[in-house]
Amino acid sequence: MKVNRKSGDAAVVLNQVVKQYTPGSAPAVDRISLQFDSGRLTTLLGPSGCGKTTTLRMIAGLEMATSGQILIGGEDVTRLPATKRDVSMVFQSYALFPHMRVFENIRYGLEVGQLSAAEINERVSSIMRITGLEALGDRYPHELSGGQQQRVAVARALVIEPQVLLFDEPLSNLDAKLRRKVRQEIRDLQQSLGLTVIYVTHDQEEALAISDTIVVLNNAVVAQVGSPRELYEQPRTQFVADFIGEANILPCELTAGVGGVTVTLGPMRFELPSVTGRQGAGHIAVQPGKIELRSADQPSDGHPNMPGTLSKVSYLGDHLECVVTTPLGEILVHTPATVTPLTGGTDIVLSIPPSAVVLLDD
Amino acid sequence: MFRQLSASSVAGPIFLGLFAIALLPWYMLQDGFFSFAWLSGYPFEAESAPLLSLIFQGQKVWLVPLAAIFCGLLLTVLIPLRERQRGEWVFWLSTAGLVYALVQGFAIGIQGWSFGALNASFGELTDRQFGMGYGAVFALLALLLSMAWGLSVSGRVQQDPFVTGSLALIIGVVGLFIFMPVGQMLLLAFKGDGETAIWLTVLDRLFDAKIWRLQCLSGAGQCGAAWNSLGLAVAVGFLTTLLGLAFALVLTRTRTPLRPLLRSLSLLPVITPPFVIGLSVILLFGMSGLVTQMVAGWIGVEPSRWIYGFSGVLLAQLLAFTPISFMVLIGVVEGISPSMEEASQTLRATPWRTFKTVTWPLLRPGLANAFLIGFIESMADFGNPLVLGGNFNVLSTEIFFAIVGSQNDMARAAMLALVLLLFTIGAFMLQSIWLGKKRYITVNGKGDSGVHPDLPWAIKGVVVSVALLWTVFTIVVYALIVYGSFVELWGRDWTFTLKHYISGFKVLWTPDGVLWQGSAWSSLGTTLTISLIAAPLTAAIGLLTAWLLTRQNFVGKQAFEFGTLLSFAIPGTVIGVSYIVAFNVPPFELTGTAAILVICFVFRNMPVGVRSGIASLSQIDKSLDEASMTLRATSSRTFLRVTLPLIKPAILSALVYSFVRSMTAISAVIFLVSAQHNMATSYIIGRVENNEYGIAVAYSVVLIFIMLAAILSFQLMTRGRNIGRRGMASTDSTLASGVP
Repeated sequence: MKVNRKSGDAAVVLNQVVKQYTPGSAPAVDRISLQFDSGRLTTLLGPSGCGKTTTLRMIAGLEMATSGQILIGGEDVTRLPATKRDVSMVFQSYALFPHMRVFENIRYGLEVGQLSAAEINERVSSIMRITGLEALGDRYPHELSGGQQQRVAVARALVIEPQVLLFDEPLSNLDAKLRRKVRQEIRDLQQSLGLTVIYVTHDQEEALAISDTIVVLNNAVVAQVGSPRELYEQPRTQFVADFIGEANILPCELTAGVGGVTVTLGPMRFELPSVTGRQGAGHIAVQPGKIELRSADQPSDGHPNMPGTLSKVSYLGDHLECVVTTPLGEILVHTPATVTPLTGGTDIVLSIPPSAVVLLDD
Repeated sequence: MFRQLSASSVAGPIFLGLFAIALLPWYMLQDGFFSFAWLSGYPFEAESAPLLSLIFQGQKVWLVPLAAIFCGLLLTVLIPLRERQRGEWVFWLSTAGLVYALVQGFAIGIQGWSFGALNASFGELTDRQFGMGYGAVFALLALLLSMAWGLSVSGRVQQDPFVTGSLALIIGVVGLFIFMPVGQMLLLAFKGDGETAIWLTVLDRLFDAKIWRLQCLSGAGQCGAAWNSLGLAVAVGFLTTLLGLAFALVLTRTRTPLRPLLRSLSLLPVITPPFVIGLSVILLFGMSGLVTQMVAGWIGVEPSRWIYGFSGVLLAQLLAFTPISFMVLIGVVEGISPSMEEASQTLRATPWRTFKTVTWPLLRPGLANAFLIGFIESMADFGNPLVLGGNFNVLSTEIFFAIVGSQNDMARAAMLALVLLLFTIGAFMLQSIWLGKKRYITVNGKGDSGVHPDLPWAIKGVVVSVALLWTVFTIVVYALIVYGSFVELWGRDWTFTLKHYISGFKVLWTPDGVLWQGSAWSSLGTTLTISLIAAPLTAAIGLLTAWLLTRQNFVGKQAFEFGTLLSFAIPGTVIGVSYIVAFNVPPFELTGTAAILVICFVFRNMPVGVRSGIASLSQIDKSLDEASMTLRATSSRTFLRVTLPLIKPAILSALVYSFVRSMTAISAVIFLVSAQHNMATSYIIGRVENNEYGIAVAYSVVLIFIMLAAILSFQLMTRGRNIGRRGMASTDSTLASGVP
């Protein structure tokens, strides 16, 4: 396979890109500026209608940006049609040509180039080996399983060795178990070949599992960009905290504190380093797994705590999902299933380590 | 041609143009191109000389700029230029060439300048020119394609040359063969006679008593043709809708054994020349008709000519057009998801309440559509009123008699055609507005399980008995046609004979070869040849249009769509009249040729291709095209490698149905046939007018069997091919295309 450019260079750059389907209507993508690094897998994540697929299609050249600039490999491609862009795409429906056999599908993109027949055959069989399709070359798409069809779609997009490979929700037509397996295959392939991949999904778990970088989109704009860990542990807005994971978002009071800010959350107080110096009403996020529960008679662990009533407990195999009613509202808590069995209706104490509290911007 | 175009090379069309001006005869040839009689004087005789030869001999000097344009285009290919710049040059040169070629064509005709004003400003022109020939036509085509190429490459439009080229081609031919002739016809309708004031003449023509009088209301004679047409069309639209709905309900909501029979009977109008039903009605109810004579024998009623008039035409049109309304409505009735009716039933509604509150409201838009289709069909029908009308004049026959009769008044024909056109276009507009706003039934591709509930028993009884009656009647009608072709003289002499077939289709095997002696062979041969030539052209243009409409976005797409759809609503008689008006004189001088028949069929049947293309394309996921584009394929490659193979059934169906429709067409071609190129349908009408029913009926039977064979072999072919693909367009949608 082609050796990719040095990892970390920007392979795709979006500069103030806007897409408006009809003049006067709300834009589907509103002044988005992004950089997609070479050799890495970047996910565009967001709820439906947030503009992620439109962004991907603009990179592919299937939609034309209303304004702004798109660069691929440093070249301005804003006005180029899909045919002339050095990208290829794996479609949600796979879009395999139903009247062509597997190898014909894969060969399709090579036929317009300058390659000799021998070179084409070599590239096709090499990509079929890599994707484990050697035995299926003579089949028609409708004779393959969903997972196999998906691999043909990837092979067909990969074989033309594009600078950037685009995936549009490639797993949504597979069942849950296969999805997990195929996403690992995609990630392995991307890492072993050093591919630059832009990947659209609405599934936050999928995004966390395979991405180097996640771009969270909301209402046509970028909400936050970061590694999976950053987004999960340091969400900046209520939207991101809510969309990634099941964080509890709680209203709080901010006052100036010693070397930072004091967060008042009901009976609890946290001293946090302030980034913005903002004061007044605010919100914090706390991941349910970071909160600890103990029965009211157990000794304190020293963290800020408050009383509550356990209203619901569900057993989910590896952990318990508890809903606690507190003066601040209902709070979701995950505790290891090994903890002494708790039952609904008991009075408990809920303690939050200061390191678990994330101060949100809004 | 297209491949070269899209390979970012404009050389293809430019060399086509150079070939056309250097080698092909520029003007139209008297004896036709394929007689090759012109080769004797070629390339120097003015009649057959190519453009270059003409101007080197110092003749037709007004063609020099065209030669210069092509030299300029050649230069743009030879000189190294940046691609965008070359696009600019090619665009401007070809546009100038195109405009100039058309202007000189219209300005200079067989008597020098075509317009008096030109004589005044440029002086008398001593030379003259004839209609455009192959050289001129290919030069125009080359200019059109290179203009489209330039448009793309200069970056003026987003689309690649294949798309712009296809668009330019379609707009060009539809403009030339539909909008230009209709426009010229309208001009003629508003032309003065040179003596009285223009507006008086025009008003007189428009408000002619023969079109608008209302005397039938007071019982004192006939109404005008416009009222007759309107009344007939409303009655036919209403009744065909009712009958069609009854059959659709029988087919989907009952379990009577009639169902397969109804399905196959619905094919009949497709393979029947429209006036054949009228013929059979005469055989039944005419002066010497079967029923007439029986009734006369029983109760002694004198045979009368009552069937010639409104009732006869209405009966024939009901028989002919009910199946079309049925095909439209079956889609609507089947499209109502059974789960909605099931939901209503689980909410404790009785069958009657379910029908009234759920099924009926969902049916209404489909019913309106079926009514308008029946209305337009009836308005445009020409064969049945001609055969059965008697004194009952409708617009389409009035148009015909204004031209062929003693009147020979083209301006009057044009005005009548305008009135007819307004009616059909009005109905068409209503139809598009109605369908555009109210579409309850959406096909989402998901399987919708469940069964339709049975109808309330009262409705069921009515629809089943109506369907039964109609089925019996239809079978009788067709049986009579076959029977009639085997008897000596209908109504008088019932002895069995083959003489009608022999006089029409006699073949002699002589030592010199086969002698086609029968009187019908010539017209049958012409009809088959012309239909076979027209079919692939129709399919190509129709499918390309469908592809542009469903797969491409371009500025003015809505106008393009409206224009192509609008052309579907133009009745055949109107097309016929406008073709004589527009193509009788240079630059496009086509009357009397076989070419005008082919062109007429291509544009009359284009809807068949467009509709089956749209039906088929909308079932093919758009992401297939997009996948092809991201795999570096241009739109021409995508079209050839992905789209075309996937719509093979649509191509076949467009081919077969345009062939069949050409074989049965009468309304437009009756104006365009000539002694040399007569068509089967107009031959039959001629026999009917001479009261030679035997041979007319025998010929109709032969036609019906030829078309039955075509349709059945098509169905066999598609059945064999439809393995493991997505559901392909059903032929039903093509059958149902309500095209006048």
